[in-house]
Amino acid sequence: MSNTHVDLSKRHSEKPTFSSEKMAEVQALIASYPEGKSKSALIRILHIAEEEFGGWLSIETMDYVAEILNIQPIEVYEVATFYTMFNLDPVGKHVFEVCHTGPCMISGSDNIMEYIQQKLDIKVGETTKDGMFTLKTAECLGACGYAPMLQCGKKFHEHLTKERVDEIIAAYRSGEMPK
Amino acid sequence: MARKLLLEHDDVPGIETFEVYRKLGGYRSVEKALKTMSPEQVVEEVQKSGLRGRGGAGFPTGMKWSFLAKPEGVPRYLLCNADESEPGTFKDRYLMEKIPHKLIEGMIVSSFALGANLSFIYIRGEYMWVLEILEKAIAEAYANGFLGKNILGSGYDLDLRVAPGGGAYICGEETALIESLEGKRGNPRMKPPFPAVKGLWGCPTVVNNVETIAAVVPIINDGGEEYAKIGLGKSTGTKLISASGNLVRPGVYEIEMGMTVEEFIYGDDWCRGIANGKKMKACIPGGSSVPILPAHLITKTAAGEDRLMTYESLSDGGFATGSMLGSGGFIVFDEDQCIVRNTWTFARFYAHESCGQCSPCREGTGWMEKVLNRLEHGQGNMRDIDLLAEINKKIEGNTICPLGDAAAWPVAAAIRHFREEFEWHVTNREESQTRNYGLLKAPVVG
Repeated sequence: MSNTHVDLSKRHSEKPTFSSEKMAEVQALIASYPEGKSKSALIRILHIAEEEFGGWLSIETMDYVAEILNIQPIEVYEVATFYTMFNLDPVGKHVFEVCHTGPCMISGSDNIMEYIQQKLDIKVGETTKDGMFTLKTAECLGACGYAPMLQCGKKFHEHLTKERVDEIIAAYRSGEMPK
Repeated sequence: MARKLLLEHDDVPGIETFEVYRKLGGYRSVEKALKTMSPEQVVEEVQKSGLRGRGGAGFPTGMKWSFLAKPEGVPRYLLCNADESEPGTFKDRYLMEKIPHKLIEGMIVSSFALGANLSFIYIRGEYMWVLEILEKAIAEAYANGFLGKNILGSGYDLDLRVAPGGGAYICGEETALIESLEGKRGNPRMKPPFPAVKGLWGCPTVVNNVETIAAVVPIINDGGEEYAKIGLGKSTGTKLISASGNLVRPGVYEIEMGMTVEEFIYGDDWCRGIANGKKMKACIPGGSSVPILPAHLITKTAAGEDRLMTYESLSDGGFATGSMLGSGGFIVFDEDQCIVRNTWTFARFYAHESCGQCSPCREGTGWMEKVLNRLEHGQGNMRDIDLLAEINKKIEGNTICPLGDAAAWPVAAAIRHFREEFEWHVTNREESQTRNYGLLKAPVVG
């Protein structure tokens, strides 16, 4: 269960609005559910909204999603606060989520975590001063046989070593997708 | 190498495309089922096959299907559980990533058997790239007439959609999955009513694991009786095993049930033993929820017989000396691993993933994490070890869903088999912060 409550002090200054292209995608998604069941599209729309509006869900974003689905804002808040993938605070451009559950732990995730903290000069939960990276821990991400690992956006980086971490950070810094 | 039914052709380039998959015999089961069989006959073949749910519980699939209510004029739904989140389990991801059409083929035949015209694959949100692979494959299946209206001219219609979760282990529990698919928090529902009567949007629903649905393909192709010849006793067919931890060759393997655990861990075709020439200390054979066993009880039963990769053999001895096949998440620990630390990470996992609905689980998992945290960090006392057992008893069986049990079992088992290591953390507080306890004084294999 997420312990995060909605922090009203963090807002988007402007009302978020999907581009007409994204809006068409969202509407197609809603239309794929039977009539009257459009709320089922909520989680996926939140993923899309997070990607579109800075990597996190502000109150404005959640209200906007509620408006699109024609449901009460609280129905969006309660879902957004339940599922741990949704960021309810602003995050850096790239969010590293390092798995630290059993199978990753016994394969060396403690050392990888320590190295990333050192390398980025931040602690878990923090964002680098340049706003490039946010570091988080994650519970089992389903990559146990390829441990240790971290997730960044939709990408899994597996078989991590210090050298691999260096390569991954360098690639993101130079605006490339690491291999 | 054993025969592959699910991961067949997983090494063929392009197998993720419709063209290659079809050329290698894909979608034959759809042709056979829709053109020559009735839905009841498909259910019958699955019953004959002895297939058991591959998500962890091992409930007979054919029986689950037979419970589905069929009131007139009410839609029925098939939901595929691709929320794979049990620590140590990554087999469904491998199957969907490599051979997405295998799952789609299974979904079509299974939906036909159940009379569903709209089916969903609910996939964990972290597997977003797998969702994209599945959607691409689904689009190909539509384009080739295997999904949509009047499939292969049979008069049967099916739409198939994929829906992501948002990072919640609990949504692997079938009623939480249904809640999530309805766009709500993943709080499990009270049962009864069971999903077979009232599931998605209040309609009769079947929820099956990815691997279970994929297994329907060879069952229909070869017949249920042929499938039942593979395996041993009531553990029929093949099983995907996710092997992780300190192994030479971790990864996803398809085994014929009945092979020995020894062969699976040490065999050349399989995991090839413990990495870096070390000894095995312990193993969890079925995902983080099932009891951990010390090395001498994983390859042999307490009676000294070979432990086999079957539902029955892995649970031989009950929780006293046995474990469970569970999801097939096979986690192996070498002599340098700390059982207390590992148990703490699992307790933290369950505390993090408890939905918070039932007090015994919400509070209990939190307390177990706190107590294990202090034991692991050299601040525990002897009473803490018994306290953990106490908390356990208060959670187990007292919650709406099995997450509470899943959280209690691994802690109880770790203390049962590795009590001396827990005690050592109390009697050697400082030393336990600088080195690991090592092997048990009990007999060690390998």
